[in-house]
Amino acid sequence: MKRRFSRQREDSSSSCEGLTDAFKRVKPTSDDAGEPQSNWARVPQEILLHIFQYLPLLDRAFASQVCRGWNQAFHMPELWRCFEFELNQPATSYLKATHPDLIKQIIKRHSNHLQYVSFKVDSSTESAEAACDILSQLVNCSLKTLGLISTARPSFMELPKSHFISALTVVFVNSKSLSSLKIDDTPVDDPSLKVLVANNSDTLKLLKMSSCPHVSPAGILCVADQCHGLRELALNYHLLSDELLLALSSEKHVHLEHLRIDVVSENPGQQFHTIKKSSWDAMVRHSPKFNLVMYFFLYEEEFGPFFRDEIPVTHLYFGRSVSKEVLGRVGMNCPRLVELVVCANGLRPLDEELIRIAERCQQLSAIGLGECEVSCSAFVEFVKMCGRRLSQLSIMEEVLIPDHKYSLDEIHWEVSKHLGRVWFPDMMPTW
Amino acid sequence: MSSVAFIRMPVNAVHWFRKGLRLHDNPSLLEAIRNAHTLRCVYFLDPWFAGASSLGVNRWRFLLQSLEDLDSSLRKLNSRLFVIRGQPADIFPRLFKEWEVTRLTFEFDSEPFGKERDAAIRKLASEAGVEVIMKVSHTLYDLDSIVELNGGAAPLTYKRFQTLVSSMDPPEPPLDPPDSVMMGNCVTPISENHRERFGVPLLEELGFDTEGLAAAVWPGGESEALKRLERQLGPDSTAAWQENFERVKLSPSPLMASPLGLSPYLRFGCLSCRLFYCKLTQLYKKVKKNTSPSISLYDKLLWREFFYTASMNNPRFDRMEGNPICIRIPWDRNPEALAKWAEGRTGFPWIDAIMTQLREEGWIHHLARHAVACFLTRGDLWISWEEGMKVFEELLLDSDWSVNAGSWLCLSCSSFFQQFFHCYCPVGFGRRIDPNGDFIRRYLPVLRDFPAKFIYDPWNAPGDVQKAAKCVIGVDYPKPMVNHAEASRLNIERMRQIYQQLSRYRGLSLLATVPSNHPEDVNVNDSRGSTVHRKTSHSEFINPDIHFLGDLTVTEPHFYFCPTGVRKEQSGVSGVRPRSAKHRHSPGHRTSPYTTQSDQPDQNHQFAIPQQPGSLLFLQDV
Repeated sequence: MKRRFSRQREDSSSSCEGLTDAFKRVKPTSDDAGEPQSNWARVPQEILLHIFQYLPLLDRAFASQVCRGWNQAFHMPELWRCFEFELNQPATSYLKATHPDLIKQIIKRHSNHLQYVSFKVDSSTESAEAACDILSQLVNCSLKTLGLISTARPSFMELPKSHFISALTVVFVNSKSLSSLKIDDTPVDDPSLKVLVANNSDTLKLLKMSSCPHVSPAGILCVADQCHGLRELALNYHLLSDELLLALSSEKHVHLEHLRIDVVSENPGQQFHTIKKSSWDAMVRHSPKFNLVMYFFLYEEEFGPFFRDEIPVTHLYFGRSVSKEVLGRVGMNCPRLVELVVCANGLRPLDEELIRIAERCQQLSAIGLGECEVSCSAFVEFVKMCGRRLSQLSIMEEVLIPDHKYSLDEIHWEVSKHLGRVWFPDMMPTW
Repeated sequence: MSSVAFIRMPVNAVHWFRKGLRLHDNPSLLEAIRNAHTLRCVYFLDPWFAGASSLGVNRWRFLLQSLEDLDSSLRKLNSRLFVIRGQPADIFPRLFKEWEVTRLTFEFDSEPFGKERDAAIRKLASEAGVEVIMKVSHTLYDLDSIVELNGGAAPLTYKRFQTLVSSMDPPEPPLDPPDSVMMGNCVTPISENHRERFGVPLLEELGFDTEGLAAAVWPGGESEALKRLERQLGPDSTAAWQENFERVKLSPSPLMASPLGLSPYLRFGCLSCRLFYCKLTQLYKKVKKNTSPSISLYDKLLWREFFYTASMNNPRFDRMEGNPICIRIPWDRNPEALAKWAEGRTGFPWIDAIMTQLREEGWIHHLARHAVACFLTRGDLWISWEEGMKVFEELLLDSDWSVNAGSWLCLSCSSFFQQFFHCYCPVGFGRRIDPNGDFIRRYLPVLRDFPAKFIYDPWNAPGDVQKAAKCVIGVDYPKPMVNHAEASRLNIERMRQIYQQLSRYRGLSLLATVPSNHPEDVNVNDSRGSTVHRKTSHSEFINPDIHFLGDLTVTEPHFYFCPTGVRKEQSGVSGVRPRSAKHRHSPGHRTSPYTTQSDQPDQNHQFAIPQQPGSLLFLQDV
């Protein structure tokens, strides 16, 4: 605490003050009280590097002004492997942006050192453009990870597609060893994915591209076909196909670890295709431990094709109201379910569905219920059946219906008893 | 604190009303009267503030009505209220002289701004030789004792707060209002031009245009507050019972302003929270036949109390920047979208009806608050809770600085460990409460003729249905400003990532990313891959590849914040200082949910790089 205050008051001296103490610790004790100044320059570079790694950039920048040696240490490649560019405009964000001079300096002096790069971009098109400008200058670097993150409205989508693609392909072509790529909500398209595959197929392990409307099922299939090291994949349901699952479970392919699918409806009454049970079976045979994470944002009437057959889903999230019937099917057909989150359901209590889920989903260890009414006795019964494996249990207090067996006050004791730890329902302010 | 009676020296007392606009249960007012020769009750009104302030006309009207009521109650004691135009700090020194004041009393104000103001006035008083007496009466408890019980930090979860409070003595019983016996020989010198100098002004005098202003749905004043309380305890207590204790029924009636509602009266102190507490207990015992009520009976009052406690020593409680208990979320700055929300033009009838009710009447139900707050922030628009808070401050009668900011922190999941997975649907939530849409029909007459089937999502109604309802969407009523499904997909993912970074939780579980609501149980299941800062191996950060094995977030190898305020938060979250093994928490990601980069305003975000995690270790070890 004391330390924090001193930082607040005198920023510029704080890093040195800290370093002094640290230096004392690493240095063998000697009578150096007389002339600490002269010893500072003699700190070996590797120790400086070690220290600098724990300092925030700003503190490092201050320290770099102390002497030539420290200045050299400041520019050591090891300190520039990771960088997060924050691109925000005052008109659209409350947060400050990475200083343009720093960006220039990085591109000039350190772009060849960059390996793990991300861009956090606010909702303005200017910021997305700025990100593309930087991307297109990263010609002599070999990135391992790249993340394009829209922190508010997805602004990359507002860019001219060609502009975005040409910037992104600069990285694809030059990097050649990209292992993870996060490009959700961007106008990436099939041809650019081909460029990605052509240059990085041996190294790509992670690809996150939810809501990329310009990619087709064939485009993603090409990635799965060529990138045999792909272990984590996130995409929208419309890109999911039987062929994709079969490609991911081919012999040449490594075990898949995570597959995340977002199921989003654009218009009410949208029709969704089905995935064959045999394709999922192939997937599970090939990667028995893989996690299938599915986020649903559908109208109730759009669930027709889902959960008709057994599906190896492990994490299930229902972002909108989902019917009792569908939850009943979840109980029947999701034997691998680990986590279930239901934001809302209809007007009737979920009692039997929960009991069935407890019965059939033997792996279930986390459940969250929002606007889902459940009677207190059914809830207690559910918890009792799951017992201590429920490491996460979250329900709004206001949806628990007291009945002849339990009141709201009693439920906390009952549930705590079965969980083996103190538990309370979630509470929102009633003010 | 109060001094013994002065026999020889005349005691000229001034009671300063701020909140606490009542005579009942007003301990500092009683202190003013005790053995006094003269009593003057003052209220400061800054007339220049009125026009320019962010308070809406409903709040000003409520205040003026409360002052009128106070004045008329004081008249019954042969006294008057002195409404003084200007700033207390400018005017008190003159009053001290003019009225030869020897004693000044006022209610304790727990809010940082109020404490600062009061400290300045105390200083002026002591310079003028005026004795100052201050009493707690706006809250149930002495908040300092709650903080002390919690080891010096305000509790960060409501559950924790409940636990602390239930281990304390019940609040003190309310005091009676002063009567003529108590007044004794104490008089109020009243000049002939009292009305001109010290009268309660009219809204018009403050520059409000009152033409076409509908009658107040919530009339201000202590008398009205006490009437409402009486009604709750009247011969038929069923209504009151439902109002206070029962779950919200699936009917639109709780959404409407209730003649039993009390929250604005508690806000202005027209009603003592201790009196309300006491009456609730009586009501409970009457209905439940002598069983003692559990602490949750008092939830409404305790949430209020919780927020007062949380804000007490946090002057930046109402902001994101520099607020140590607020999670930094990269909200969108979007004035047009904000205006649509604030003015009820979102195109979601449920949201627009609530905002219309708020603007017209000054009060909305707490579930309605959840709905519009969620919609503005984490649910749909991704706009800062601070903006929403400012709108509520203008419009909501019961919004106190602490309670308003605290509620917004909670509802936007910016603090207090709320589960963020649950977003209120701007279509489905209202439909569950009020399937027929009566609430919408009342506040948005333009939609009155829509069939119930489409009243929550009129844009989905076929053209002929819209025509029959004499309301074409996009012409007579706006189209929805966002695609809720798409917005929730984006926002839930953002919240997940923010919480994941804060919690350092690596798994796929959405639920596990939120630090526990219940500090007591955190060490029970902290084996879930969470790491205590001190134990974190350096290599994890130096070699970002390691994160590959975690989650779909490998592109953020260095996103792990280093909350420099971790120590503070530890004491806050785990509550009481470690006393026994049972209370020892080493709860990994659960202890430090907040980045406190913002604690360092000067260097904050200058280079916008997340701090190296190791720097925390470094700082702590130094």
